[in-house]
Amino acid sequence: MIGVSLKGLAGRKLRATLTALAIVLGVAMISGTYVLTDTIEKAFDSLFVEAYAGTDAVVTGKGAFETDFGLPPPFDEGVLADVKALPDVEAAVGGISDFAQLTDKQGDLISTQGAPALAFGIDTSEERFNALKLTAGAWPSGPGEVVIDAGTADQEGYGVGDTIGVAAEGPIREFTISGIAKFGSVDSIGSATFAVFDIPTAQTLFDKPGQLDGIQAAAKEGVAPQQLVDEIQPILPVGTEVQTADQEAKDATKDVADFTKFIRYFLLAFGGIALFVGAFVIFNTLSITVAQRVREFATLRTIGASRRQVLGSVILEALVIGLVASVVGLFAGLGLAKGLNSVLVSFGLDLPTAGIVFAGRTVAVSVVAGVVITLVAGILPAVRATRVPPIAAVREGATLPRSRFSRFSPYIAAITTVLGLALLLYGMFADDIGIGQRLGGIGAGCLILFVGVAGFSARLVRPLASVLGWPAVRVGGAAGRLARENSMRNPHRTAATAAALMIGLALITFVAVLAQGLRDSVGDAIDRQVNADYVVVSDDNFTPFEPASDAALAAVPGTEVVGIRGDRGRANGTEENVTGIDPAAIASVYDFDWVEGSDESLASLADGGAIVEQSFADDEALSVGSPLRVETPNGTQLSVEVKGVYKAPPFWEMLGNVSISREAFDASFQDPKNLYTFISVTGGATAGGERALEAALVDFPGVKLDTKSGFSKSQQDSIGPLLNLLYVLLALSVIVSLFGIVNTLVLSVFERTRELGMLRAVGMTRRQVRRMIRHESVITAMIGAVLGMVLGLFLAVLVTQALKDEGVIFSVPVVNLVVFAAIAVLAGMAAAIFPARRAARLNVLEALQYE
Amino acid sequence: METMAEGDSIGATRAARGVVSASGVTRRFGEGDTAVDALRGVTLDVPRGQFTAVMGPSGSGKSTLMHILAGLDRPTAGEVSIDGIDITRMGDQELTLLRRNHIGFIFQFFNLLPMLTAAENITLPLDLAGTKPDKAWVEEIVAKVGLGDRRAHRPSELSGGQQQRVAIARALISKPTVLFADEPTGNLDSTTGEEILHLLRDSVDTYGQTTLMVTHEPRAAAMADRILFLADGLIVRDAGKSTASEVLAAMNELRR
Repeated sequence: MIGVSLKGLAGRKLRATLTALAIVLGVAMISGTYVLTDTIEKAFDSLFVEAYAGTDAVVTGKGAFETDFGLPPPFDEGVLADVKALPDVEAAVGGISDFAQLTDKQGDLISTQGAPALAFGIDTSEERFNALKLTAGAWPSGPGEVVIDAGTADQEGYGVGDTIGVAAEGPIREFTISGIAKFGSVDSIGSATFAVFDIPTAQTLFDKPGQLDGIQAAAKEGVAPQQLVDEIQPILPVGTEVQTADQEAKDATKDVADFTKFIRYFLLAFGGIALFVGAFVIFNTLSITVAQRVREFATLRTIGASRRQVLGSVILEALVIGLVASVVGLFAGLGLAKGLNSVLVSFGLDLPTAGIVFAGRTVAVSVVAGVVITLVAGILPAVRATRVPPIAAVREGATLPRSRFSRFSPYIAAITTVLGLALLLYGMFADDIGIGQRLGGIGAGCLILFVGVAGFSARLVRPLASVLGWPAVRVGGAAGRLARENSMRNPHRTAATAAALMIGLALITFVAVLAQGLRDSVGDAIDRQVNADYVVVSDDNFTPFEPASDAALAAVPGTEVVGIRGDRGRANGTEENVTGIDPAAIASVYDFDWVEGSDESLASLADGGAIVEQSFADDEALSVGSPLRVETPNGTQLSVEVKGVYKAPPFWEMLGNVSISREAFDASFQDPKNLYTFISVTGGATAGGERALEAALVDFPGVKLDTKSGFSKSQQDSIGPLLNLLYVLLALSVIVSLFGIVNTLVLSVFERTRELGMLRAVGMTRRQVRRMIRHESVITAMIGAVLGMVLGLFLAVLVTQALKDEGVIFSVPVVNLVVFAAIAVLAGMAAAIFPARRAARLNVLEALQYE
Repeated sequence: METMAEGDSIGATRAARGVVSASGVTRRFGEGDTAVDALRGVTLDVPRGQFTAVMGPSGSGKSTLMHILAGLDRPTAGEVSIDGIDITRMGDQELTLLRRNHIGFIFQFFNLLPMLTAAENITLPLDLAGTKPDKAWVEEIVAKVGLGDRRAHRPSELSGGQQQRVAIARALISKPTVLFADEPTGNLDSTTGEEILHLLRDSVDTYGQTTLMVTHEPRAAAMADRILFLADGLIVRDAGKSTASEVLAAMNELRR
């Protein structure tokens, strides 16, 4: 019997291959994800391990509290001498670490696409502490020299002796490249860059006179790192801390591990979706092949095969398909990992990589996932095959008997749909559940909902096909009419084929609608808050920038320039965004929606006042007159009094929950930076005015000037890369479902061989045959598209509703939806190419005699 | 049921039950107004080693009778036994075992598995039953049906006659208690059909293979030891060995 099954599979190579393809892509995605993220993780691991290879203890600055971003504060360099003087310290060096962007040969800043542009001041006298390896030249010495990373040197064509611009605090400065280095054994640090200076140069450049950011110490022979740490601890001043190098590396690795884990699960989710869609395709294909082999199963039964043997033969077939597809997918994943990496890079996530990691876990998870999914999808068709009665062997045109439960199928579909919906609603709206439960509820709810709707959709095929087939009838004539009839003659088959496409399109529609909603929410939030003609932000839209540019802008006649300072701080003990605003000017560029107080209240900010956002005021039970304690990361304490409460659009509050006067901000926060600079121009925005402002900014790379509407658009567009990433990843599922359409058509053509011969015999041309198949494909694709879009819109409505409190607006991107429908039609046409050619090639005489 | 024709009592009155026996078998298809009675009370008894032909015009119920005798279909009323065992109340598993051990089938459209070679098709029933083929027996059967050098070919590479030879070999391989042949020559030209009939006759004579064949061809029926004529769901005549022209005459009489 095993032989029967395997030989049967071998005899249906084309069909088996098409079936397997449905699973290969999903498995490749899973394996590719693991390979990629393992590779990234290994690169980071070696980065950190090598960074501290010769170090036993690390001293760093310590803020009053740890913020989510930003560097710990520097400390006095006198600590280094104290550490060196300890009896068990063999050697110690100090270092500076900060950020500085490099310029290309045209003098423009090199974008790191969100990755850090690192800068170090290092002491190269002790080689053991240095994780960097020179590949050319020498370490920097003196104020004019820099060493840059090998990646930048390669990409921008820099060599030793060339001049390069470095943008640290303030305007770009020129340095001579004294050498080129790489980070230990790591091949690539992604799109990150680094610039290395000697310590005095770095101290000047980053405005840290007489200060260090870290000390690396090595213990004498026989002294344990922990012992060294215990020895250093007592001599450290306030604002510094010491850890073993291992601990330091572990902490750093942990942050990175969390991040790669996030990327891993994110990508795996899309692999999972592709597999889920693949399961539909497998289910459908196996169902059709089982239906076509009724005579064969019946014959097996008459010559003594038991039900169990028939069941086993179909399951075995699924197992072999699943296994082969998984193994192919596993190795295809190695290639896909590269593709995924370039997708991430184009999304602006260029991460370091080291030699490819192909872990045992990758093999196990990929193969098990692929095989299990295929088997699950094969169970129902296999059970159906067992229901074939032996008597079907002697009956002409015997079909599969209806299942005992088939009359319950609408109820089962309804219950499934309701169950999916309930889970979905629970995940979205239930209070007090963890993020895991929430995501789990939404994810499982969606999947179950898809299955339920797919179960229902067989009933929708007839009405949908008669409407969606109308153009086919108009355009295709007789062939189009037959195409429409064909798509309706086996509604279950058409429905299952369309359902696979439905899933992909539902998710794409959902993403598109939600993205449109987010864009509109951003635009709306900006409209309601910003009342300036121009806005200056950093190039990447979010990094705070040096406020020095404000003065240059203010020098342009007729402008009012209002810089908004911002940083993390603690307000009454909770970490919040704190902004520093100019009490006299803020009202002219920012519209406050006052709950308590008015624009007049702003004047009182100057002497120890603060204004707070309503949600924060509610949480902390604050009102005008309430005292408020603000603490900065370096430990400065401020006591202020609430002077006003205003309401900001919840989706995007441009000011922090707490705003104090700019003077107070600058006096208490270290290295104050601007989040935005708002500019009002007398007479409004003009081309000439814009040119003057642009000219004022020429010395300030890294920031950009936009009109208010340009700013709004650029903020809205910042969702673009993420959206494109999601589209690309979801496209994978759509491709899987297209294999499903190809499969169904090939099987239908095969099944209708005799009928096609008859049609040809009574005068149908090859062209008409092709047209007929093509229209059937397009009708199926459109059914999937319509169901998917409706479902996607529905899901988007639910999510928007769930996020209403966050200020998310529901908005339908009509153009996008039209484009998706058009793509579905084109995809349907593409899927039909191969089956249509097969159908048109049939020999009329042979087809008529085909049995 | 009360309109039993001339040969009605012949099988039924036999005291020793044959290897295949049926009593009072009726089969109704459909319900209510559209119900059709395919069999209206058939009683018969086939002794071991006999080659029996079931003749009748189309719609007489001969195919339905064979399906019920072979356990492919269940009677609406009545009993059927093979080798003395009642098969009408058997479950699927028992019927599977019955087919493995007692029944061989030959079909009009051969029903070979296209992906298996002739030799694999022939031994398939043994594979399904999990028994090892007796080499000598396989050789003998293959030689008997005259396949010899074609055993490694797939059905698509064989002529109709050759395919039916494979089917006969497949039916004989498990030495079934009874062999059912459903219009075995219906899809063959007359010369090839003749060869197939001789092969069936030969297996009855050589191995004492009990065989029940449904046919509408007088020439085929003339090969049998006994001919049951069916009309309107009843056995209307139970004849011994006859010539083709006698069978034809009997058929014509039935049609009158």
